[in-house]
Amino acid sequence: MRSLLLFLVLLSNPSGDSDLEHRVMTLSQQFRCLVCQNETIADSHADLAADLRQQIREQMIAGRTDAEITTFLSDRYGDFVLYRPRVSPRTYALWFGPFAMLAAGLFALYLFLKSRLWTLNRRTLSADENRKADAILQFSSNPNVAVYRDQFAEIESDFRIGVIVQEEYERDRVDLKRRLLEEEISKQAPKTPERLLNNSRG
Amino acid sequence: MKFAVPLVLFAALAGLLAAGLRRDPHLVPSPLIDKPAPAFHLARLDEPSRAFSPQELLGKVWLLNTWASWCVSCRQEHPLLMALSKAEVVPIYGLNYKDNRADALEWLSQMGNPYVLNVQDINGRVGIDYGVYGVPETYLIDKAGVIRYKQIGPLTLESLEKTILPIVGNLNDELAK
Repeated sequence: MRSLLLFLVLLSNPSGDSDLEHRVMTLSQQFRCLVCQNETIADSHADLAADLRQQIREQMIAGRTDAEITTFLSDRYGDFVLYRPRVSPRTYALWFGPFAMLAAGLFALYLFLKSRLWTLNRRTLSADENRKADAILQFSSNPNVAVYRDQFAEIESDFRIGVIVQEEYERDRVDLKRRLLEEEISKQAPKTPERLLNNSRG
Repeated sequence: MKFAVPLVLFAALAGLLAAGLRRDPHLVPSPLIDKPAPAFHLARLDEPSRAFSPQELLGKVWLLNTWASWCVSCRQEHPLLMALSKAEVVPIYGLNYKDNRADALEWLSQMGNPYVLNVQDINGRVGIDYGVYGVPETYLIDKAGVIRYKQIGPLTLESLEKTILPIVGNLNDELAK
């Protein structure tokens, strides 16, 4: 029984040196077989793969390092044999492309969420803003505000005759008030003499 | 307009993948192009006691054709090799890859011998040095002993007329370094 086992072990390890065989198999797992292209040289049953494993084995016995053997193979068969392609300008897209795409996706998500947040914020007005907008609409003598009054009147009549529904009506009113406030605020920002004059008159 | 960006991105990706589908994954570009042809010293098929080395052909433009009697595609390209050798445009040397000497000689006597001479690469070692991964493969080597072109798979009339013979013409005009 024991001798049978030993025989089987020797059969699977032609050299009988299991450390070496382990190293051969580990390294040959990193190379693509050129005949069966989706198999590694370790897994492939192709003749060429067996020959290459033998080459690798002999070079290891001769004391070559894994890096030297890798160069030996890629010098003959190109970078194609390497399952782990070298990092070089030619393979930057391969190595870093997925991360670049992930970053681009995250950035797009950020922009989307930001714009959505902004739209959501626009949809509501605080009580203070509401009061302020109503006051401007009612009392301002600015001709631009008259345009807004016309637009409010239009929304109002659209709603009354049923061109827009309640929800749209309210949303449009909020949007309009917000635009009005923004316009008024941006006009306030630089304190021009004209602005002061208007204030003293009002 | 809202759909333009995803549409363009999709079209670009589809185009890229379609281009990828058209490429033959079995054609692995050889890193040996424009590199010196690996040296070897192998026994000749006709007279195993004599050896041949590519060094002897410095100053000549020649083809190294890898073949084997067990190789089906080699049978397919054989008539072309015969015609090419008759035309005497470029000498053809054979690397008999992982073959049995008797079978190889039998093949040559039956199908004709287009080769100036053949060497035996019994264990495929020289084949590995040349990056052979499936016979037949044919190398075009210039006067300085540099590989200038590699045909993967059988030679075809098209590959000879459009690629190999024009390069041979140019190389013959070059002066040996």
